[in-house]
Amino acid sequence: MATQNSRSAARLMMAPAVILLLGWMLVPLTMTLWFSFRKYLPLRGGDQGWVGFDNYVRFVSSSSFWPSVQTTLIIVGGVLIITVVFGILLALLLDQPMWGQGVVRILVIAPFFVMPTVSALVWKNIFMDPVNGLFAHLWKFFGATPVEWLSQASVQSIIMIVSWQWLPFATLILLTAVQSLDGERLEASEMDGANPLQRFGYIVLPHLARAITIVVLIQTIFLLSIFAEIFVTTGGAFGTKTLSYLIFQRVLESQNIGLGSAGGIYAVILANIVAIFLMRIVGKNLDA
Amino acid sequence: MGRITLKEVTKSFGTVEVIKPINLEIEDGEFVVFVGPSGCGKSTLLRLIAGLEDVTSGHIEINGTDATAIPPAKRGLAMVFQSYALYPHMSVRKNIAFPLKMAGVDKTEINRKVDEAARVLNLSDYIDRRPGQLSGGQRQRVAIGRAIVREPDAFLFDEPLSNLDAALRGNMRLEISELHQTLATTMIYVTHDQVEAMTMANKIVVLRDGIIEQVGAPIDLYKNPRNLFVAEFIGSPKMNIIKGDAATELGAPTVGIRPEHLEVSKTKGKWKGTVGVSEHLGSDTFLHIEAEGIGTVNVRADGEIDLHHGDVAWLTPQVDKLHRFDATGLAI
Repeated sequence: MATQNSRSAARLMMAPAVILLLGWMLVPLTMTLWFSFRKYLPLRGGDQGWVGFDNYVRFVSSSSFWPSVQTTLIIVGGVLIITVVFGILLALLLDQPMWGQGVVRILVIAPFFVMPTVSALVWKNIFMDPVNGLFAHLWKFFGATPVEWLSQASVQSIIMIVSWQWLPFATLILLTAVQSLDGERLEASEMDGANPLQRFGYIVLPHLARAITIVVLIQTIFLLSIFAEIFVTTGGAFGTKTLSYLIFQRVLESQNIGLGSAGGIYAVILANIVAIFLMRIVGKNLDA
Repeated sequence: MGRITLKEVTKSFGTVEVIKPINLEIEDGEFVVFVGPSGCGKSTLLRLIAGLEDVTSGHIEINGTDATAIPPAKRGLAMVFQSYALYPHMSVRKNIAFPLKMAGVDKTEINRKVDEAARVLNLSDYIDRRPGQLSGGQRQRVAIGRAIVREPDAFLFDEPLSNLDAALRGNMRLEISELHQTLATTMIYVTHDQVEAMTMANKIVVLRDGIIEQVGAPIDLYKNPRNLFVAEFIGSPKMNIIKGDAATELGAPTVGIRPEHLEVSKTKGKWKGTVGVSEHLGSDTFLHIEAEGIGTVNVRADGEIDLHHGDVAWLTPQVDKLHRFDATGLAI
């Protein structure tokens, strides 16, 4: 009886938070769905009634749709590979006992606290500027022609900027996983004749599998919606238009809310497919 | 072959000298137990032999060749860890096969050896399970299996039974002793439990603060402890240590009497005392007697003795079984 009572009391007390969160999520989602089926051009006649799946068809058949999906995947995939690989290496490095370990760890985490807009501006103006950027000076020092990063290697530049932001996150999660590895297990494998590379492959990497899937899952969800980095650096030019940036352009630059909303629904579906896919991997890993 | 010789081996961590110069001979096929209280350096000594720690000075010889600089995997030793250190993502089969795989043995040979080890250790039914699905005793056997397949010159055990419950510990003790009889390979075993040391060893090495206090067969150490520390450490219940006038009367500054060497009587004897707690085990009774002018004394009496809390009891030591120690604690 007591449990029954406390359970309903708990439900009652959680209700405001749940309702608030639900409303926060459902209202915009419903409105997006609503607008996605309507022809709504704020500066050219306003809401002009139902159009069925017209917006969905137009969004997909637009010439910028598939390139934007491709760009999104390249950026997300690139950032994931860079952050996971370097995250593992950095985590292993930071796990070594060294002088000033605490300070070094805080410094490594630092980029995560820089706002995306700020970090993109810093990279754009201080590092990648073809005239005054540090990279330009470095190239000139060696007698090479400075690279115009954001126009010549635009996607790579954005991957670099975003990776720099997310590497600390990956490192942090992977470092805690590395630290939880039982030292005796490594010693046992050493006695069993495994060289350092084999120890990494057979013992450390399987131990990190779960942490890696968590990093991939969380980062994917956030990386699918990166916006500020693109807005500040290339403004969507030079093949850096991702799906979320395309939606932004449809709504604000073309002033077509219906079309943008349809794109938004596609993005929601895409994110959910990725999420389900990754949840299953994580679930499988949690069983082991 | 598994002959291991330590020559003037020391180990320091920073300024702390954990192992003071140690010399030790371990013969082929011996079951040697390192025993001592926690922090005495017994595990460190084992890890030095294994090669997991580097010696600060001195030499370790295995089968007559200097192995001081040889990496752990090449020393021909196999180790069983306290935490078992199994690989959780691999099946029992893969765990046991791991050292062979690393050594590049071919597949059919690996399977044959793993099956053989699993049969010896009664693991055949669990061979495809993961360590997480096994009980403590089974995990322990997998760890031993992983050591056996390498056919090492010597096995090193680092407190392998301390994570098991009492009943299982008794069983595993027998199994390891049995394994030693079957394989006749040198085994070095670290424990803080003197019962394990007494029951399993051919040779016990008693350590304290990084120094070997005494080396010898279990019964030797029991009968002829070299000093007070060994006398108190070996034997359960502990030896009674008597000081003061009662000791002087028996001819030494300190006198040790094992609990079974005290005769207890309700009517007459040398020392008078009051019975405190009595532990009736059936076969024996352990009495804690508060003796006048001596202090609390442990006595092992037979199972049927009719003495209870508060009774008066008389104690008489068997004079020929006394251990006498001088003022510095050395046996006389």
